[in-house]
Amino acid sequence: MKKKKHRRPARPAPVQPAPPPPQGPPSGVKLDSPIAIYSGGFGVREAERLLWRAGFGPSPGHAQVLASMGLHAAVAALTRPSGPPTLTGADPTDEDGNPIAPADFWGHDHLWFLDRMVRTDQPLVERMTLVWHDWFATSNDSVGQQQLMLDQNELFRRHALGSFDQLVHDVTQDPAMIVWLNLDQNSRWSPNENYARELMELFTLGADRGAYTEQDVRQLARALTGFEFDWSDELGMHNFRYVEASHDPDDKTVFGQTGAWTWEQGVAMCVRHPMHPSFFVQKLWSYFIPTPPTQADRQALEALYVSSGYQVRPVLEAILLHPDLHAGSRMVKPPVVLLAGLLRALQRSVDGEYWIWYSENAGQRLFYPPDVSGWDDSRWLDTSTVRGRFELVSRALSGRVLDGDAVDGYDTTETPEQGVAAARAWAGDPALTSETVALLTSFAAAALAGAGGWQLSTYRGLRQNALRHLILASPDYQTS
Amino acid sequence: MPSCGCNDYSRTQLLRRAAAEAGRGLPAIEPGMPMPAGTGLTRRSFVSRATGLALSVYGAASLGPKAFEEGIAAAAAQASSERVLVSIFLSGGADSLTMLAPTSAHPQYAAARPTLALPGGQGIPFAEDSSLRWHPSLAGLAELYGEGKVSVMPAIGYDDANQSHFTSRHYWEVGEVNPFGRWGWLGRYLDEHGVADNPLQGLALGWDLQPVLAARDVPVATVAEPDNYGFWTPGVWGTVQDKMLDAFGDLGDPPTSDVGLSQARSAVAATGRLRDQLAPFQGGYTTPAGVTYPAGDFATRLSALAAMLDGGLPLKVVAIESGGYDTHSNQAGSLPADLLEIGDSLRAFQRDLEARLLQDRVLVHVWSEFGRRPEENGSGTDHGAAGAGFVIGSQARGEMVGEFPGLATLDEDDNLRNSSDFRGVYCALLEQWLGVDAGPIIPNASSFARPALVA
Repeated sequence: MKKKKHRRPARPAPVQPAPPPPQGPPSGVKLDSPIAIYSGGFGVREAERLLWRAGFGPSPGHAQVLASMGLHAAVAALTRPSGPPTLTGADPTDEDGNPIAPADFWGHDHLWFLDRMVRTDQPLVERMTLVWHDWFATSNDSVGQQQLMLDQNELFRRHALGSFDQLVHDVTQDPAMIVWLNLDQNSRWSPNENYARELMELFTLGADRGAYTEQDVRQLARALTGFEFDWSDELGMHNFRYVEASHDPDDKTVFGQTGAWTWEQGVAMCVRHPMHPSFFVQKLWSYFIPTPPTQADRQALEALYVSSGYQVRPVLEAILLHPDLHAGSRMVKPPVVLLAGLLRALQRSVDGEYWIWYSENAGQRLFYPPDVSGWDDSRWLDTSTVRGRFELVSRALSGRVLDGDAVDGYDTTETPEQGVAAARAWAGDPALTSETVALLTSFAAAALAGAGGWQLSTYRGLRQNALRHLILASPDYQTS
Repeated sequence: MPSCGCNDYSRTQLLRRAAAEAGRGLPAIEPGMPMPAGTGLTRRSFVSRATGLALSVYGAASLGPKAFEEGIAAAAAQASSERVLVSIFLSGGADSLTMLAPTSAHPQYAAARPTLALPGGQGIPFAEDSSLRWHPSLAGLAELYGEGKVSVMPAIGYDDANQSHFTSRHYWEVGEVNPFGRWGWLGRYLDEHGVADNPLQGLALGWDLQPVLAARDVPVATVAEPDNYGFWTPGVWGTVQDKMLDAFGDLGDPPTSDVGLSQARSAVAATGRLRDQLAPFQGGYTTPAGVTYPAGDFATRLSALAAMLDGGLPLKVVAIESGGYDTHSNQAGSLPADLLEIGDSLRAFQRDLEARLLQDRVLVHVWSEFGRRPEENGSGTDHGAAGAGFVIGSQARGEMVGEFPGLATLDEDDNLRNSSDFRGVYCALLEQWLGVDAGPIIPNASSFARPALVA
């Protein structure tokens, strides 16, 4: 994979209409949770954070709408969408305005998923689709057939808020997964352990917890034998199927239980393993809150998860209501979440392939996670990806900056404080810490130091562009 | 370290070119204004740790290029004598039984690998053990070995090897068999012996931070293209742009107890400092005549690394990952090409260092999280235990570490047994190459035997 700079001159970027805010049950709804529920004020700042954590940030006005609903109705609007999602605004295109071809053109898969994030009115469904993409991380790097990746993505979307039990079952026979972890090469005659190991280690149980042994890996691999597909020049990989004759029919001993386990039984045994609920709860929690749950909270959520029949939604609602989300530490936004949020905030559409490169340089190319463990959410930021994020903001701003007379004729009386206030308002008033506001204000003063004559207006115009950029590239905006 | 004028010469050239490139295309603020030398290189400061001198080059237009060169020279004065360790991670679990293939002296090899075994008669003789041979695709490495510049570990690992990629690489990364270790072993080295304001002291060349470099206290850097570390600011230019970019780094400075904000601020602050450090390198670099690297990112990164060292940038430990070694299937199709790229790139890097007279300052350590199982699975191999490792350089001792344990007796999971421990190698690299006590860096350091790795 090569990364390239892509800096064609910016065309004026049309304004994309904002999608309607998420809508669920009527306000006044009360959600249940077996753990603590946030009881502080739920205003615009809290709604803004909720929209970033459980979606892709606010479109203009959305934080205000959610704040007016109150915490419970706001969470329910995200977790209980009704009917199919609506996509508002212009369909994604390449630079020349042609429709994208997600299954056929390199990189258009990325644009397709990104566009869903930008235009949907059910942001949590897309966010959970992204979570499952990370959880069951599959890369087209070795699958090599975009349609299979898109099919898998739709599978994740169907199960976004549903049954994890069913999700793992369906993922196991998903064609992209079969190719990715070599299930097709796992036959009764020559078992291939790849899927069996990752099913336990990364998808359901976790490594180094004593949940399974090397013997379990080998035995479970035998239970998972029997998947095949055909290949032809014309169709590529197709006709994915389970073939009884290729399945190992003999007894296997998995987790101490002996039987002629089928693949479905093998998968179900992983989900019903006593150490699965704790793995599930901690992993799901970690996507929404950067600090781990207390042991009591974790155990209460495990009980909820099991009693619900391995449903995702009840656990997720409890997490989204928890005080640690609303009053705890900030959390680094994944790069595509930042990008989708920028496009939402600036009301831009997905209008070019350049977003593929910019996303990749910021550290997240959809459909190409770094490996089967997914993206490392604790290490999104380093000197390479911070620069990538800076330039992602550059690209989002190009075509939206002041130029010409707007710069050269800029108001010469604007104070540093006024400049900062104007840039904050332009950016949709995102949450900024007082330290950042102070540093922006010192920059605004320094930018005019020693200026005279024509520079008094022009430098103020440049300063306004710089302030907008600094706000969106700031450490504050990289987190929520 | 022999002294030679060519480092200084190339550094000067580099600067001149950088100034020329960076000056191109700036808006003409005032017609007729001369292009200041060094424009575009103006950054806050260039700090020399050797002298404690903080040489301000902010507004280098007024200081002139001379002062700027002095700043780099001052930093380079210290850097030019420092030893550098390069850690190269072959991720996925590289198959040691292909890299150093057993001969018919190990009859179990052909039996375990009916389709993947290197045929008899092929391969390059391995002098220290005639029952092994270099795979032909590793001819580059074999050539350096013939010159006594490669120490081979034919079966390195640890007891009760973990066969998870993520757990095993984690052990190697943190330098201990502990799933809860948090910091990389080279990060801990930097925490002990590094400084607070030089991100280049720990450099990951690639798109991701290499966990071996994860440091608790000091900054480290990740750069995919060191000669392409500019920042695009639409609608902002000139002095406002300079101040804006400085202000961006400053946004990372305020301390905070918030977990997420602290991560973001540290990364932004390190980015600002790295921008200062790499400013002189933005004009590109040249590779010495006669040195030819193969195509590909891995080779490009090594060539940039040689040029950065030659340019006097203050590097101490460097990490590069090259992936694609998880050959569960189609091993015969992918592995030889990957090994060819690695072997040829490492040879080119060594020749490059030799041409620049830097060869005595650099030691390369090549590792993978495990080897692969002797018994093939059809068209590939599953995860194994002990694997191969290499220490490469003009100062490498060139002596095999541990012996090849053979295939007659395998471990309890039917994998290769280890004959050397990676933690002992780490201790030896720290003590013999970097010249520091391994005790504070590698847990239980005293319990590991140190192989002799340095000449």
